[in-house]
Amino acid sequence: MSTTDIIRPTATGLMAKQSKPATRNMGQILRWLALFGGGVLMVMPIAYMISTSLKWPHEVYNVNLIPVEPTLDNYLYVLEDGRFYMWFINSGIIAIVTTISNLLFDSLVGYTLCKFKFPGRTIVFIAILSTLMIPTEMLVIPWYLMSQSFGWLDSYWGIMFPGLMTGFGTFLMKQFFETVPDDFIEAARIDGLNELQIWWTVAMPLVKPALAALAIFVFLGNWTAFLWPLIVTNSTEMYTIPVGLSGFGDEADVAWELIMTGAAISTIPTLIVFLIFQRFIIRGVVMAGLKG
Amino acid sequence: MNLYRNLTIKQKQIVWAWTFLAVPVVFYSVIRFYPTATAILISFQDWNLLGARAWAGFDNYMKLWNDPVFWKVFRNTFAYLLIGTPVSLVLSFVIAYHLDKVRFLHGFMRMMYFLPFMTSAVAMAWVWRWFYQAVPIGLFNNILASFGIAQIEFLNSTTNALPAVLAPAVWAGLGFQVIIFMAGIRAIPTSYYEAARIDGVGWWVVLTQITLPLLRPTIVFIVVFSSIGFLRIFDHVFNMTTNNPGGPLNATKPLVLMIYDTAFNSFNMGYAAAQTVVLFTILMIVSLIQLRLLRSN
Repeated sequence: MSTTDIIRPTATGLMAKQSKPATRNMGQILRWLALFGGGVLMVMPIAYMISTSLKWPHEVYNVNLIPVEPTLDNYLYVLEDGRFYMWFINSGIIAIVTTISNLLFDSLVGYTLCKFKFPGRTIVFIAILSTLMIPTEMLVIPWYLMSQSFGWLDSYWGIMFPGLMTGFGTFLMKQFFETVPDDFIEAARIDGLNELQIWWTVAMPLVKPALAALAIFVFLGNWTAFLWPLIVTNSTEMYTIPVGLSGFGDEADVAWELIMTGAAISTIPTLIVFLIFQRFIIRGVVMAGLKG
Repeated sequence: MNLYRNLTIKQKQIVWAWTFLAVPVVFYSVIRFYPTATAILISFQDWNLLGARAWAGFDNYMKLWNDPVFWKVFRNTFAYLLIGTPVSLVLSFVIAYHLDKVRFLHGFMRMMYFLPFMTSAVAMAWVWRWFYQAVPIGLFNNILASFGIAQIEFLNSTTNALPAVLAPAVWAGLGFQVIIFMAGIRAIPTSYYEAARIDGVGWWVVLTQITLPLLRPTIVFIVVFSSIGFLRIFDHVFNMTTNNPGGPLNATKPLVLMIYDTAFNSFNMGYAAAQTVVLFTILMIVSLIQLRLLRSN
């Protein structure tokens, strides 16, 4: 009796194993194919954008993805025009300066709120956290009035100033500084480092992954920002890439190969950065998403 | 310097802390809190940027209440939210659930789904706008035509335009949600699944009794995050309808576009500020409801 009792489940297990692999493999293959098909669809708009930017005008309305006679003519035309070059530089400067400012200030504030005991700490923390609830759209009117009275309209500073620090970044960095042991900081204090040195040489190197995640978010956010740059700029020379592209699209009207070229110029840099640092960026996005 | 040396360690910490916080505190006060207060103040004023500011009480809010365009815009904004959030939630979960089980070319597949997140909304709005054009220009209608299927009016139709504008917004955000869902799925201890396997439970039970309940925090995060995004939709709408922003016949106009128009085309600052206060209130209520749902279990 006891032997059959032990054997029976094993036997059914074996039977199940014999019948299942074929269907399970089929299921796996179907799942893979469906996911791959979906992935191809996801990439399609980007692929068509790049493909069309490499087509001659007469070929634009054909649905073939691979251009029959690829050409860089559209890129030459758009770059010779000079404006995209200008907007590209503007967007680059603004995104880089804003990213550096966020890395410095958000981490300094996050660090201070995490590692110092001082009167007013809770109030400052709650105040900064509460700015996450204020939508940019509510602030653009006062920012515009402010820029108007200080003469910041149509300048780099005018485009940048609202984003130099963010509550999101501060909160993210504070979360990560929690993982830095207080003993490290105490030890550095005993070694005679001042607080600024401790932050910069002891704490900052320990949160490098978080800094990288923050840098990605801030850079991407500012590179693609549209509403505020649209409001604050009014001369072509000061446009950022998204604002310039938006106007260019209207002006080029039906020259879709040129519009796609402009769109590609604005998208390709972030795509290249992503393809190089893929693993790293995805990890950073998860970190920022879950902790922030 | 002598003064500093005479301080206790505790006092020195306070000095350092406030030195570090000085610039940020000024920044947050001047660039965040003061403008918030200003926006609320202006919402009670009648002001067209050039003229004098006059106290208007609740006039702007009354005007909004009686403005048929506002109610149209209000409905549109919630249509973006109520279609966009569930669609992207379900799609991203289904993709993440299956992608998690795929080993072959896993990294490459993940990359394909994530790539759209790295694009700029303005650029992609123009790409999709091209897709939506009529024959012989637009890709979608050309493909339909090659199969002999009737043409679809996308951006020119009052019924199709809103979903057509929403599609690229969902598309662009999907990759982020998939990645977050996958991280959530990975974080579930395998012991739960092993226990389920020993009990011989089917995949559907595992999904509904183990995976989904344990993913609750992830789901709430994604719902809150994407809801806020859809309520604030602007870049896609503006760029896909530049010839007639928010058209046809305001069929795609979201609240943020109405704010932009009122403030920077009509220069009716008071009225626009009242609209921003309404947006702020909506965002606040929607986030609070969703966070309450998280806490309830």
